[in-house]
Amino acid sequence: MVKHYDTSVELCGVKLDNPIIPASGTFGFGREFAEYYDLDCLGAISFKGTTRDARFGNPTPRIAECSAGLINSVGLQNPGIDKVISEELPNLRKIFHKPIVANISGFSLEEYEECCAKIDKEEQVEIIEVNVSCPNVHNGGMSFGTQPESAAEVTRRVKAVTTKPVFIKLSPNVTDIVAIAKACEEAGADGICLINTLLGMRIDTMRRKPVIANKMGGFSGDAIFPVAVRMVYQVANACRIPVMGCGGVSSASDVIEMMMAGATAVQVGAANLKNPYASKEIIEALPKEMERLGIERLSDIIGIVK
Amino acid sequence: MYKKGIYTILSNEPLTPAVYRMVLEGDTQYITRSGQFINIELEGKFLRRPISVSDYDATTITIIYKVVGSGTDQMKGMKRGEKLDILTGLGNGFNTENEAQSPLLVGGGVGVPPLYNLAKRLISEGKRPIVVLGFNTASEIFYEEEFRALGIDVYCSTADGSHGVKGFVTDVIREKAFEFDYTYSCGPLPMLKALYDATEVSGEYSFEERMGCGFGAYMGCSCKTKYGNKRICKDGPVLKREEIIW
Repeated sequence: MVKHYDTSVELCGVKLDNPIIPASGTFGFGREFAEYYDLDCLGAISFKGTTRDARFGNPTPRIAECSAGLINSVGLQNPGIDKVISEELPNLRKIFHKPIVANISGFSLEEYEECCAKIDKEEQVEIIEVNVSCPNVHNGGMSFGTQPESAAEVTRRVKAVTTKPVFIKLSPNVTDIVAIAKACEEAGADGICLINTLLGMRIDTMRRKPVIANKMGGFSGDAIFPVAVRMVYQVANACRIPVMGCGGVSSASDVIEMMMAGATAVQVGAANLKNPYASKEIIEALPKEMERLGIERLSDIIGIVK
Repeated sequence: MYKKGIYTILSNEPLTPAVYRMVLEGDTQYITRSGQFINIELEGKFLRRPISVSDYDATTITIIYKVVGSGTDQMKGMKRGEKLDILTGLGNGFNTENEAQSPLLVGGGVGVPPLYNLAKRLISEGKRPIVVLGFNTASEIFYEEEFRALGIDVYCSTADGSHGVKGFVTDVIREKAFEFDYTYSCGPLPMLKALYDATEVSGEYSFEERMGCGFGAYMGCSCKTKYGNKRICKDGPVLKREEIIW
């Protein structure tokens, strides 16, 4: 008899068939990937970071390759919350029938409140992921996520207008991630998602200019995996609320490592860009990796490393 | 429709000191239009390399690429029989379903390749394309004879005057006073803009931009058009003259 390997996890009462969630910003609203494979194999999807108003984002070029990763300065290009609700969400629901994580970003407390209150009313959305960590926009984004007080304030305001589980997505560009995560927990956050991208820069030495028009951008990809594991470990050990781990995950082995560090679910980001099948292939590889490591239930290993 | 597949290199040879032609064998069914591109995974590189399709048939894809960085430098050393992981069928490509009977095809440098399959397609549709190719200097010219072998008129410009008309593609157009009812173009941004300014007929312009994924998910290569934001990789790389904002 073939042994059954249980990959299911539960995130604040939301059951996922497996812990794999394509990370916000790398998966659009699913449509482009649905041409490659059936999205229902995924644990959940975190959709493209959404703001109140439609945004083009930053000037191009806004992509720079690095060793084992890339820098992006897309800058939250999105059609705006109303269009996401009226067009993108129904489209996503047609091609995806598992939990949807709504990634919301903003430039003011009022904007976070307004967008989260709106998306909270959407039946299709099961989890709200509040992005206080985008390094590519000014006067918003990351500036809320780099201080415990402001991160807590966003959390409080969003929690006051929502009913669904709220995860706060944090930035690694800080000196004390635990203080920020704990402040969010105390302010009522249901979970923490980390890490967003690391602020980085590349220079075109021939032209003597930054590669990216916006000069700096967010560094992601395989190279940041150890930073992500470290921060997931620190936060999971300091907080009681669940953690979604994110950053440089590109294999089933990475998923298990991040779960051992304390992640209940694991987001896959930049790997989707290089290989559109990355998330699917990781899910397919999980049982074999579990067999190799003597794991029968994936949920058993969450935070097992002390 | 686009797909990922494994392709085998049949040949990889220089056309000029910096420009190479690679012929790949594999599934070509997802390539449906001239001017589409493929995205090639290279060992040790995080992002794939997007390269336009110069020509294709039932079993092979021909790409022509210029060595401009470490990725293409890696490609130039590849040998027959080596295998590559490639996404195919990317981008919208040129649309030939229009009334134009005498289209002008304008290519600059490494923007020339996708026009080759386009020229063949237009000829097979009974149209009479005229081709204008622009290069910096005579030693950088490639495919002039290949286009001519299709039985169409081909004109060249070189910036230094070492071959053909001295100057740019727009100087050829001015000097020869061709009659054309549409333009298809691919090349550096200043060339596209100059062509746009020098002509009045409708046409299609193929752009390039640094891309994240190449299939429309990442929004790395977005541009603004008169009809809203477009992704160069997915809604482009070909834009209609009427929608371009310079």
